[in-house]
Amino acid sequence: MAGALSYLDELEAQTVYILREAFACATPLCALWSVGKDSTALLWLMRKALLGHVPFPIIQLDTEMELPEVYEFRDRIAKEWDLDLRVELCPPESSVDQTLPPGARAAARKTEGLKHLLRRDGYRGVILGIRRDEQATRAKERIFSPRSFGGDWDVRHQPAEFWNHYATDVAEGMHLRIHPLLHWTEVDIWRYHLREGIPYVPLYLAKDGKRYRSLGEKNITVPIESNASTLEDIIAELEATREPERAGRLMDHEQEDAFERLRTSGYM
Amino acid sequence: MTHTLKIVIGGHVDHGKSTLIGRLLHDTGSLPLGKAAKLEALSSKRGVPLEWSFVLDALQTERDQAITIDTTRVWFTWNDRRYAIIDTPGHREFVRNMLSGASEADAAVLVVDVLEGVSEQTKRHAQLLQMLGIGQLAVAVNKMDAAGYDRSRFEEVSCDVHALLSALELRPHSLIPISARNGENLLNRSENMPWYQGPTLLEALSDFKPVHAIADAPLRLRVQDVYRVGGSRVAVGRVESGSVARGDTVLLSPMNTKATVRSIERWNAPDGQPAAAGESIGITFNEPVFINRGDVVSHVDRAPFLDYAFRAICFWLDESPPELGEQVTVQFGPTTARAVIAAVDAVMDSATLQQLSSEHIPRYAVVQLRLRSPALLPLDEQQAMPASARMVILRGRDVVAGGIVSSVMTGNMPANIFHSDHLVSAAERERRNGHRGAVIWLTGLPGAGKSTLAMALESALFRRGAAVYVLDGDNVRAGLNSDLGFSIADRAENIRRIGEVAALFADAGLIVITAFISPMQRDRAIARQAAGGRFHEIYVRADLLTCEARDTKGLYKRARAGELSDFTGISAPYEAPDSPELTIDTGSSSVDRCVGELLEYVVAATGLEAHAPVPQR
Repeated sequence: MAGALSYLDELEAQTVYILREAFACATPLCALWSVGKDSTALLWLMRKALLGHVPFPIIQLDTEMELPEVYEFRDRIAKEWDLDLRVELCPPESSVDQTLPPGARAAARKTEGLKHLLRRDGYRGVILGIRRDEQATRAKERIFSPRSFGGDWDVRHQPAEFWNHYATDVAEGMHLRIHPLLHWTEVDIWRYHLREGIPYVPLYLAKDGKRYRSLGEKNITVPIESNASTLEDIIAELEATREPERAGRLMDHEQEDAFERLRTSGYM
Repeated sequence: MTHTLKIVIGGHVDHGKSTLIGRLLHDTGSLPLGKAAKLEALSSKRGVPLEWSFVLDALQTERDQAITIDTTRVWFTWNDRRYAIIDTPGHREFVRNMLSGASEADAAVLVVDVLEGVSEQTKRHAQLLQMLGIGQLAVAVNKMDAAGYDRSRFEEVSCDVHALLSALELRPHSLIPISARNGENLLNRSENMPWYQGPTLLEALSDFKPVHAIADAPLRLRVQDVYRVGGSRVAVGRVESGSVARGDTVLLSPMNTKATVRSIERWNAPDGQPAAAGESIGITFNEPVFINRGDVVSHVDRAPFLDYAFRAICFWLDESPPELGEQVTVQFGPTTARAVIAAVDAVMDSATLQQLSSEHIPRYAVVQLRLRSPALLPLDEQQAMPASARMVILRGRDVVAGGIVSSVMTGNMPANIFHSDHLVSAAERERRNGHRGAVIWLTGLPGAGKSTLAMALESALFRRGAAVYVLDGDNVRAGLNSDLGFSIADRAENIRRIGEVAALFADAGLIVITAFISPMQRDRAIARQAAGGRFHEIYVRADLLTCEARDTKGLYKRARAGELSDFTGISAPYEAPDSPELTIDTGSSSVDRCVGELLEYVVAATGLEAHAPVPQR
């Protein structure tokens, strides 16, 4: 790799740098794993950053509503990669804000599950695989984002991030949301999967003219029309499409501000 | 797929940055399906015409207030290249957010409203681009439609923009008359401005190049962490510039030790490849080196400077200004150190680009600081090594400034010069402290003002970053000399010990101020002998009547009443100095004036770097 870095190399190097900053500065640390393509690629990058073994807990916020292939993949990878996997059951739907539209309630359950986890285990750093291009409010995120334990996000008063200087130190009672994939896009993730041979849930590949572009709970996620049956196909499809990634996620289409309400109250 | 070009859009509030971006996305076919229709529906629901800026202003709060709050990132692809646009808000309070966007940009577009011309934020953002080292710049002169596509108005504004940019040594690629709202001269050439022959905005953007870590520069890698893998200690970090390979002899700073690279460590990658600029790697060494987070790996040639002090140019974000003598944290990526603000050399208003007095430093000013760390720091200067000269300043946990190292202050000792004959020299101590060690020996009658002057002087010197301490009766008699009484012999011994201790302090590099009557010539001569050339005798003069009238501790009264024997000036002699280095007349001058004189003398005598005058109280 002596020559100039390719654009994927640069994305990778930046993410590895961020992960190493997180590991050096935010203790105790954990990472959320939704078992989707992004956070699985992120797990792979954690192994790169930490030279093989990820020594902190990998947490799946579970609504028990994921598709069966997701659970199967989760358990296989956790074993193969020797992960310290911890499944965190989210509170039931009846416990969340009933004024939220139904699709957003699963997200609200995860938010509550995360808050509960942070309060109980006192993590100072939580690594999340969100990307800026996924959804408009996520574009406003910092790489290191200080939050209260309630998770409230103060969009207006975020710390400055100059170059590679991150807010790695937070006050007692606060934690850091760390977003090492913020600068990646959906197609970058798939190109990286392809290059590195990272495993993924097979639901992303088309079967009978349909595939999942984004994986959410089974009652609120629908597959898209697609014939992309390989990663190469997916990449070609994404290069051509103007459909938003989360088109199949019902929660994004309910109210003009539903997603933002979730985000400011601590959703990932 | 090629590298993404990251563009930052700057300019004054309401000059049309978000509109420009929304329109660019639309024209390049980058809006998600249905987004334009959704926006039209939204706009009509609100009863306003379609605003392209709504594309970016995704948050509810933003739509309500019609200003962009934070850096928002959007992508578009044009002619096989991907562009990431960082929308930077123009509102004054959001400069902090803008910096976060701008600091990683490859190129910039500065949007100027042709009707309003160069405004406060235009200047502020141009200043920032210069500081952040973003040299690829296009200027979009917007709202040409509202100006009737008037060429002379465009040229007038262009002239102002040129003046602003050339003052900052920024050379724009082009100045382009556009209408963001109508999409004129963005992608499509405007039919309304046939007089304009230059590039369209997208043509200008296609000329810009992504900025990469520089391969043909000296190696710099800041150690982020040290991992134990198997039996090895692996130093991990990112190659900021240059490259490193197995077998290279490297220098570790600030320890100033050499080591040989045993291996470049990566996970799930081929072995033995050299590490390229920009890559995040691990390194093991042949030698058992002591290495920590923040240390810098370079080659032996072209190593960073090792120094305690440096000049920095910073964009000050905090409401409360930098203060002389203030303790802060400086951070260069993973390299963190405590530092003192030793001087504020210049202050510039980023809106007007005017020099300001250092007494009133507004938020968002550009400040030139001198910083001094108690620890040796590996330092690079902006001119030669822009990436590794980047830094932030923290107060506690909060980033209060971001900037660059403009120069290393003493700068004479690159890390690859090794000292073997001594471990720490007087010159090194002097370099770290920013002044020579000295004994400032105040002598004078009781009540002459020695303690008052000593304390005021200490405070003034301390605030300028000096290492300074006052020895007086209270701190010496209580411990060191607690075995001594007030006999003639004990008084002489008291002064002798103080002289010796002061000399040690001075040798250690401190400025030590003593405040004792020390009435006897002979005793003071002994003290002078102990400290050698570092001794400065200061005669604090006031006549007996003045001192007795002051009688701050009521001692004269008690001496007159016969309660105190051998009281200097009453019942024991005071031998005034024959040739003191300085005489301060406290009988005829105000305290402030006396302190000022004394300070001036000490600054000159110790070589303490010249600073802005201490504000008068």
